[in-house]
Amino acid sequence: MKYISILDIIGPSMIGPSSSHTAGAVRLGLLARNIYGSKPGWVKFTLYNSFAKTGKGHGTDKALIAGILGFNVDDPRIRNSYEYAKNESIQIEFAAEDDPLRHPNAVDFTFYNEASMFISGKSLGAGEVEIDNIKGFKASIRGDLHTIFIIHKDKPGMLSRVTEFIQEANLNIATLLCERNEKGKEAAMTICLDSVPSEDLINSIQNISGVYIVRSIDVLKK
Amino acid sequence: MKNIENFQELIDSARSNKKITLVFQELECSMLEKEITELRKIMSKHLNTMKAAIKQGLETCQLSESGMSGTDSSKIFQRYQQSEKLPCNMLFGKIISYALATMEENQRMGKVVACPTAGSCGIVPAVITAYAEEMGISVEKQIDAMFTAGGIGKIVAQRMPLAGAVAGCQAECGVAGAMAAAAIVDMLDGNNSQIINAAALALKNIMGLACDPIAGLVEVPCIKRNSFLGIHAVAASEMALAGIESFVPIDEIIDAMIQIGNLMSPVIKESSEGGLAVTKTALELNKKLENLWDYQVS
Repeated sequence: MKYISILDIIGPSMIGPSSSHTAGAVRLGLLARNIYGSKPGWVKFTLYNSFAKTGKGHGTDKALIAGILGFNVDDPRIRNSYEYAKNESIQIEFAAEDDPLRHPNAVDFTFYNEASMFISGKSLGAGEVEIDNIKGFKASIRGDLHTIFIIHKDKPGMLSRVTEFIQEANLNIATLLCERNEKGKEAAMTICLDSVPSEDLINSIQNISGVYIVRSIDVLKK
Repeated sequence: MKNIENFQELIDSARSNKKITLVFQELECSMLEKEITELRKIMSKHLNTMKAAIKQGLETCQLSESGMSGTDSSKIFQRYQQSEKLPCNMLFGKIISYALATMEENQRMGKVVACPTAGSCGIVPAVITAYAEEMGISVEKQIDAMFTAGGIGKIVAQRMPLAGAVAGCQAECGVAGAMAAAAIVDMLDGNNSQIINAAALALKNIMGLACDPIAGLVEVPCIKRNSFLGIHAVAASEMALAGIESFVPIDEIIDAMIQIGNLMSPVIKESSEGGLAVTKTALELNKKLENLWDYQVS
């Protein structure tokens, strides 16, 4: 069981008013931006259920934009994130949906620039979050461990080639999630590590034949 | 060092008259593999953020996004600045106004410290700051009291999630009240048994509290409730310091809290489908907000 620290009880220092709807939303934005990998030109946020209904009063919209801009949960700039997005020429659009099948605090991100990417996540409470879908693939990225996310061709030997590089770098794999959408088409891996992967390691994985996208996703600051 | 799973283990680890705050600080050092100076520095930073929120909150009268809150902390603070003959002393006035100030600042998207949650972030800062100012408590002792308060919260959190959606407001403001009661006793040099009894008395008398926020916002009744729980903590700490004990031991009180949390209907556990959230006034506000806020649920 995860150790509950006194610093989990008193803290984090954050911009209010809600750990799930404000701080959690910032953290989801930070993870999503990290996964998209570069500055987007246009982002559409689709908010679900409680996020949609109470988002304005909780500043969920401002918090999500702040995350996309790389602000942390205690950054006072969160309040004016619309203006900061405008200054960075990032276009923002919001939509709201009522869908009982989705988590009460779910959000879809659609990023556009040269590349487009669809990412979904949810705020689990007390600032804990999870990115659960990237480009249609199931994922489980919570910002508590260094994570490598890979989309690759569905063919034999991919997993062993990737893990060989990880082994060479002497890194321990904490969790591993593999999934494919269709036989012989695309598949995805979410690999959580106990320590930080080097840029060299990420490049080596990128150069494996059949790997389409690799992302190294940092741990979220407490 | 092994984790402290429940209050009986805490009592056992503090048996040789070792102060509870030291037991908690040593535990955190061992479990997080960090130096005590580093941990105290983080806590000191949190304390400064808490005090800045109180100050900012008292100075600002700006309404929140929903328009339901934002002007009350200065009203009560001024009452204690201006009136000469008051039934309560300045300590009470400060606790009530500081808790309101923090929560109003939180609702305005100000910077606060979750304690244990954002919806209950006014209680512990209000009592620590008010007692520090009125009773002349040093910063180091305030930091010690924060470790005591956080440790009490941590042990409860190991048994039940501190979330209104799971166990109602007893798990948020209720636990914050118990943390605050323990912090007061610690600052006033109460002994270990008095600290634990203060927390027990505070918890025992706030069980079953509904979490029924209007429009799903951390605003009504949350903001004013933080002040009430601050005063609740004073009552608990005064009883404990006088040697009054909880008839039921605190670990058993938590058993009861978990049972009550399970018995509570989901409509009064942060879903805003019952209680205050469905009063005529609340429903009228919902309608107003729907028109006011630009993206709407399709």
